[in-house]
Amino acid sequence: METALALAIGILTASGLWLLFRPRTFQVVLGLSLLSYAVNLFIIAAGRLRTDAPPIVGKGVVDPAFYVDPVPQALVLTAIVISFATTALLLVVLLASRGLTGTDHVDGEDDEP
Amino acid sequence: MTDAGSLFFILALPYLGAIIAAFLPARGRNWASSFTGLTTLLALGLLVRLYPAVSQEVPLRETVPWLPSLGLDLTMRLDGFSWLFAVLILGIGALVILYARYYMSPDDPVPRFFSFLQAFMGSMLGLVLSGNLVQIVFFWEMTSLFSFLLIGYWHHNQAARDGARMALIMTATGGVCLLVGLLLLGQIAGSYDIDVVLAKGALIRSHDLYLPTLILILIGAFTKSAQFPFHFWLPHAMAAPTPVSAYLHSATMVKAGIYLLILLWPVLSGTEAWYLIVATTGLATLLVGAWSAIFQHDLKGLLAYSTISHLGLITLLLGLGSPLAAVAAIFHTVNHATFKASLFMAAGIIDHETGTRDLRKLSGLIRFMPITATLAMVAAAAMAGVPLLNGFLSKEMFLAEALEAHSGTVLDRVLPVLATLASMFSVLYSVRFIHQTFFGPAPTGLPRTPHEAPHWMRLPIEILVLLCLIVGIIPALTIAPFLHSAVLSVLGERTPIYSLAIWHGFNMPLLMSVIALFGGALLYRLFRRRLNETAQSPIIGRLKGRRSFEAVLAALINGARVAYRLLGTRRQQVMLRLIIVTALVAGALPFVRLGYSAGTRPQILIDPVFALLWLLGGVAAVSAAMLAKFHRLAALTLVGVAGLSTCISFVWLSAPDLGLTQLLVEIITLVLLLLGLRWLPLRLPDFWSGERTPFAVRFRRGGDLLLASLGGIGAAALAYSVMTRPAPDGISPYFMEQAYPGGGGTNVVNVILVDFRGFDTLGEITVLSIVALTVFTLLRRFRPAAESVALPDQQQAQNASDDARDGAERGDTALHYLLVPRIIMEWLFPVILTCALYLLTRGHDLPGGGFAGGVTASIAILLLYMASGTRSVEARLNIQPVRWISAGLLLTCLTGAAATLFGFPFLSTHFRYLDLPVIGPVPVASALLFDIGVFAVVVGTTVLILIALAHQSIRTPRVPRAADETGNAEQPGEAR
Repeated sequence: METALALAIGILTASGLWLLFRPRTFQVVLGLSLLSYAVNLFIIAAGRLRTDAPPIVGKGVVDPAFYVDPVPQALVLTAIVISFATTALLLVVLLASRGLTGTDHVDGEDDEP
Repeated sequence: MTDAGSLFFILALPYLGAIIAAFLPARGRNWASSFTGLTTLLALGLLVRLYPAVSQEVPLRETVPWLPSLGLDLTMRLDGFSWLFAVLILGIGALVILYARYYMSPDDPVPRFFSFLQAFMGSMLGLVLSGNLVQIVFFWEMTSLFSFLLIGYWHHNQAARDGARMALIMTATGGVCLLVGLLLLGQIAGSYDIDVVLAKGALIRSHDLYLPTLILILIGAFTKSAQFPFHFWLPHAMAAPTPVSAYLHSATMVKAGIYLLILLWPVLSGTEAWYLIVATTGLATLLVGAWSAIFQHDLKGLLAYSTISHLGLITLLLGLGSPLAAVAAIFHTVNHATFKASLFMAAGIIDHETGTRDLRKLSGLIRFMPITATLAMVAAAAMAGVPLLNGFLSKEMFLAEALEAHSGTVLDRVLPVLATLASMFSVLYSVRFIHQTFFGPAPTGLPRTPHEAPHWMRLPIEILVLLCLIVGIIPALTIAPFLHSAVLSVLGERTPIYSLAIWHGFNMPLLMSVIALFGGALLYRLFRRRLNETAQSPIIGRLKGRRSFEAVLAALINGARVAYRLLGTRRQQVMLRLIIVTALVAGALPFVRLGYSAGTRPQILIDPVFALLWLLGGVAAVSAAMLAKFHRLAALTLVGVAGLSTCISFVWLSAPDLGLTQLLVEIITLVLLLLGLRWLPLRLPDFWSGERTPFAVRFRRGGDLLLASLGGIGAAALAYSVMTRPAPDGISPYFMEQAYPGGGGTNVVNVILVDFRGFDTLGEITVLSIVALTVFTLLRRFRPAAESVALPDQQQAQNASDDARDGAERGDTALHYLLVPRIIMEWLFPVILTCALYLLTRGHDLPGGGFAGGVTASIAILLLYMASGTRSVEARLNIQPVRWISAGLLLTCLTGAAATLFGFPFLSTHFRYLDLPVIGPVPVASALLFDIGVFAVVVGTTVLILIALAHQSIRTPRVPRAADETGNAEQPGEAR
């Protein structure tokens, strides 16, 4: 399980990075999305993997050993919503830049034919 | 109010006046001066009331802890010495405010001036009342800033702007050195508290870092107090209005360096390095200042160089290192402030009433302004060191100290001669100032006919000159007790026996004084004509302080430009590659050093379905990366597949909340990007001139691929090594155990979000709101690229077909498009909303919560938009996303604030069970209210962003005209 998840994180990171280096803004937006999946999975992985142990506790005395670590989940939950907001902001900035400069190159000007 | 507590109040008063003055209308000259004068006098009164408390040896202290772990506290400290300085600041400040009321022209925005002046006063007061080294630096920089604003007050004047900039750069550079020096000092002493530092003098002086600390602190003090070779900014600062020159650049701010030197004198002085650096600098400044002052033709220039010279005198005294010299330094600081401020004010009156400050044009003014002339003469005599005036007393002490042997170096032998020479120069320029201005034939060709200044404008000078006289005649009855408590607080047990008597009998200092007085007068008689003809001061005039300053500045700027050209780039791709390479290297280094190995934590047996899931996800991610350039829609879909794999992984790995939220956010992100696709340009295949892709392009792509692969491998390796090691003990067990007893919820993730770490969540939803508003604002001025303006092909075809048919209106073809799904989608609206509310309310105990609920609700609204079309929805439903955002933010803040009403920390949760009929006991926690706020903010932001983007498609931008190509056509019409 650990190996599979590590590989998944690796593939998502590599694809995201490749897109991040591309010159077109839309590619960069998609790259950031892929990268944010990788990062979110990584944060969850940092809490160590557990199956069938969601952090929904009972009302009595709680033994933390029976549950997965909830802190990475709280971190990722907000990260998911924030990543939507940053994607939206980036998209709008790239649209505005495209309207103003006439190109969708990340630098606002085409440097190649 | 306790004595110590009133220190905070005293410090707040000037700032209060500054804030009030800042909001007065530009013509409110009287109001501004009255307010600022009143607050100054009040602060002065309170300060004087504190005198009995500070005349003891123990300083008055009041501390408000801020970061006690770092030794950073807000500490107010008042001892005899700082009391004397504070009285000087407030006393002369009050007089300067009165003077400025008459000096400033009603055409200037005078309230701004008074506001700056009082803010400066507060900063200077804060400096002398600080009981903490870091706090001193803070107020030190504030004085530099307000000095900058005040010098540049007439900002339409080039000289004022240049002078302000020069002063700021010099004093701020010194301020940085001072900060480092004082931090070092604090580290050596083990505390930033001044009283602790003062108690550890011996330790500090024998420390290895003593010399660098000393030099850094001295650079700070010397730049501020205009010591040679940093003195040149002060004459240029004379472009400021004269009240500023009188207050900042003679009486107070330039004394900040002196203040610091005196304050730290018990700790830092007494070493050879101190003697050599401080005494030599002081002596050089004394001579250079006095020499240059002789050759000035501008009244204020003369006074500025004379100020430099007197500051040098004080520094020299401090450098000598004997307690008696320190007494003389403190005494002369006070005396200089009184006579120099009054001289500046007199120069201001002359400038104000005649229209010029040029000594060569002025003459015989005693006929027109006898009172001002008399006052200026007394003050100038004090400056020259004439007996029966305060300047004489401290100068006698200086001359006596110059005679004492201190070190046995060559400096000792020449010091008496040079001291007499400097005094002689001082007499010479004082005589020149008075004689040239007030005596001789009546002036001709003045811009204005001179006459006496208004009485209230002269009053501050009269008071200061009176002080010069009574301190000079009866020192024992006036200044002595205050001076003594100041000396006592600085020197403590080392306080020497000194006498303030006017007559010490016939002795060497008196002889030197007499030589200086007569010699100076004689020199003036001999050289008076020639002085008026010299264009610059001989010898010293060749040292072009200003020119070298500008050369250094220009070199710095050019160097920065060259460095930017060589090392900088504006290419985003290059920057990103550099960042990733840096991250890779930084991430790889520890592994290179310590080796890589997997841990021993038992692994979970792999489920084939999970492997299959990520086979799919991985293929989707790689394909998305490959297709993103030419097949955007396909790439978008593939990214969605990778996202869904992530989502399922979350659920698999016991994170139901994350799975839920990820799924919902995935939906709205997809809609968002789809809406954006419409405005992107058609992507044509790459066309290279040759048969094959050029080598440079292939090389770049190969490099990117390598970098991306390395990044992926690194991330995978890192994740694997983390996952295979046991987890360290964190704060999670506490959260788990306290979630129900402390937070009243069983869903620990949600309890963390709305309770334990509620403040983080509050910050996060604030960020969300800001992003949404930014998106909205950007889109209001959105201007699509020229080729995206036209309607999409399909809509054009529909419209053409509608136009061709008889009796059909535009849009009829699409009227019944997807009718059945549309009705189903519309009917789903209440269902999804109910779901959203359900997710929201159960969030505290089961997966769900404000974020998931909020996104669900916005999906309901989105679906409605997609089903019925923007116009149709908005005709029936009035959604005000901005109100949702503000209501949500308000609710979260109020919920948090309510806790403080009951005496709990901000954002504490309260919960209990409510027994509802039929439903039974229901847990009600104040966290639910907080979560409702989160819900509202999320609904507002998502809807605001998506609707703003969707609106772009129904806007009817004007078809750009030919002029549009030049970029100055009209804005496309707003769809509002």
